[in-house]
Amino acid sequence: MFEIDTSIMLAGVIAGAAPVLLATLGETITERAGIINLSLDGTILLSAMTAFVVAYNTHSLVLGFSAAALVGGLIGLIVAFFSVYLGQSQVAVGFVLTLMTRDLAYFLGSPYARLHGPQALPFSIPILKDIPFIGSIFFSHSLPVYLSLAGIFICWWYLFRTPMGLNLRSVGENPAAAYARGINPGLHQLLYALCGGLLVGLAGATFSLAVKPGWGRPQGAEGTGWIALALVIFGGWHPVRAAFGAYLFAFLQIIGIYLQGWLPSVPTQVFQVAPFPLMIFTLLIISYAQKASDKIVPGGETLTRPAGHHGHRWLQRLLGLLTGDAPAALGQPFRPE
Amino acid sequence: MQIELKNIHKHYGPVRANDGVSLTIRPGTIHGVLGENGAGKSTLMKILTGFTRKTSGTTLIDGHALDIDSPAMAAQYKIGMLHQEPHDFPALSALDNFMIGRVSGISSHRKSHRSELISISTQLGFTLDPDAQVDRLTVGERQQLEIMRLLALNIRVLILDEPTTGISRTQKEILFASLKQLASDGKSVLLVSHKLEDVMALCDEVTVMRQGKVSGRMTAPFDVNQLLQMMFGTLPSPPVHQPAIPGKPILALKDITAPGGRAGLNNCNITIREGEIVGLAGLEGSGQGVFLRVAAGLTNPTRGQITFHDEPLNGSGYHDFKKRGGAFIPASRIEEGLIPGLTISEHFSLNEKQDRFFMTGKTALNQALKSISRFNIKGRPGMDAAALSGGNQQRLLLSLLPASPTVLLLENPTRGLDLGSGHWVWRHLQAQAASGSAIVFSSSELDEIMMVADRTIVFYNGAVVMDTPTHQADADTLGRAVAGGAVPQ
Repeated sequence: MFEIDTSIMLAGVIAGAAPVLLATLGETITERAGIINLSLDGTILLSAMTAFVVAYNTHSLVLGFSAAALVGGLIGLIVAFFSVYLGQSQVAVGFVLTLMTRDLAYFLGSPYARLHGPQALPFSIPILKDIPFIGSIFFSHSLPVYLSLAGIFICWWYLFRTPMGLNLRSVGENPAAAYARGINPGLHQLLYALCGGLLVGLAGATFSLAVKPGWGRPQGAEGTGWIALALVIFGGWHPVRAAFGAYLFAFLQIIGIYLQGWLPSVPTQVFQVAPFPLMIFTLLIISYAQKASDKIVPGGETLTRPAGHHGHRWLQRLLGLLTGDAPAALGQPFRPE
Repeated sequence: MQIELKNIHKHYGPVRANDGVSLTIRPGTIHGVLGENGAGKSTLMKILTGFTRKTSGTTLIDGHALDIDSPAMAAQYKIGMLHQEPHDFPALSALDNFMIGRVSGISSHRKSHRSELISISTQLGFTLDPDAQVDRLTVGERQQLEIMRLLALNIRVLILDEPTTGISRTQKEILFASLKQLASDGKSVLLVSHKLEDVMALCDEVTVMRQGKVSGRMTAPFDVNQLLQMMFGTLPSPPVHQPAIPGKPILALKDITAPGGRAGLNNCNITIREGEIVGLAGLEGSGQGVFLRVAAGLTNPTRGQITFHDEPLNGSGYHDFKKRGGAFIPASRIEEGLIPGLTISEHFSLNEKQDRFFMTGKTALNQALKSISRFNIKGRPGMDAAALSGGNQQRLLLSLLPASPTVLLLENPTRGLDLGSGHWVWRHLQAQAASGSAIVFSSSELDEIMMVADRTIVFYNGAVVMDTPTHQADADTLGRAVAGGAVPQ
């Protein structure tokens, strides 16, 4: 009864993390360009509903996923447009859109609640699936899960290895300087709010067409958007670190399910809620580590810690690697004179 | 490439920032644009580089009329500008900064850009690590990086806006040598400055601006008095230095070690006495900023003792320091000193004792009006502090201080101020020192320190390398100490 099949559990983590991971990657891209899209939570619901309804009516998963991505991209575009061209607050627009899209999803989706619809099924990748242990964890999933895995690498590569990614980051760091170098900051922000939104939309579709198939109220995706927003910060605006956070969160959720079976006397709500304070606790440790690593001067010697505490430094360094600074111009759009 | 600006006007509402300015820049020369703060130099440069649209006027490039409406277009015509505030990306590496705006697409060719950066930097005699994160570099190194980037763009006109603000004497010499080299390669260099010495050391031709208009032109060799006359109309009188006899010790730092800046502060021993003016010299980030913040109680030292009138002051914070009559004015006036968004009179109400529930608008207003006339602040009580010019912000900060502070700590008190405002600040501070206040200030200008300080302390790499009465030191010894050539004590 107390045994866990590790590979099944880890495969569950990989699959369960897919939607939140996709949303986190999308938001990382958007925020790296300097736009905060706070509408994630509602956007995920609206795109989940759209995906289900479109796939149900057309019997096409591809159309379902595409429609959801379009919805997500459109909402990202609205946030960026209001900020860049109309000078409105990204935070205010994002909040209003969160509430609006959530209610819209429930309202428009109500005729489709509790229906049985199409679903993206897992398929194994030949050859790779036969690698012992790893094969069963990584290579027998549905398409959106593979997409989320590939997304980590693609995002990292695009942001840090291509000139287009460099331009993207320059806009988020200092749009005025980017403008001085002939880059159009507003256009870049619009484009990457759209790209980020597409991924958020795919996250919604991944819920209603794969991870928690179907539509209802509640759908089961509620709260994911807020977690994704926290994970972007937790991941220091870095796709690989953000992915680490997403998997940690999914792991905590799955452990909760297992614990429920082992400790039936504890109310189930405890396990459902536990991952959230645990994430906050982890964030605290990370930010503490960041403060500690800030005090390491370039020479490598800490000024603030007397000798004798050296034993903890490797831990500090390790945690220091997990942290990063926000793009300097996040949330502050730039308008040329 | 020859650039002609003809009859340029730029109006912001009723304010005429540029009022019929004409300027010709010939290739292969270094052309100076000289003038006080607010004379309209920066506006003119922003028009030339496409940051701001002109109200009227013509720009001719090699005789063809052109309307440069964006920085991208300026770059296309090979015009590049080094801004006063570094227009770079502190969170990214030097190489990334070098590449942004020059690369596009998917493959980055980092290797070729790296070797290009290294070859340009050896050509100009700069030493710069391509992988260093830019916020770890000094202001001077960030300028060097920006110049190299502009050169890699193959620009033919290089505009520098106040390039010697915040860099050391050595870095200035390196910069000037490279600018001369560029001019001899046939490029046009446009140096915008309010510093006479820079313009005289470097330029072939000078255009002087005053209140949005051209007030005079001159070619080398220059006559100082004539240039000053063009800049100011009437000459500002420099502060006369009367060496003070230091009194009792007020503030003593013993064996202080503290983090911060690039080098932190190591084992620092300094005693400040009544009535003395102490100048802190050193490259930016060498420890003088940390020293001022430790002394003011804003940074906690990790080791060492601070005493104020023989009472320990360790770790008790800035409010305690203030209670004892100390005051600190940071270099970033708007970020740390004033509160943007609050008006002048609101600053005075904040300054009052807060013991009532409602704001006492009237007393603050009276106080504001009094200070505006006494400190000659160009502004109204209801004006946002952020809308004041640099010199007026500094006057406002000084007017907010207690009438006779025991210790006054100032970080770069005249940075970005023109000669007239700078002299005004120093006459005010000298009067305070004469009434017994100790004045401690940091400055990146050795000349300023030698002009007003009774005692000079040189910081290098987080340590005090020289502590001497100013009249016993000469510019060369101090300059060498700043660059790290002093024998450690």
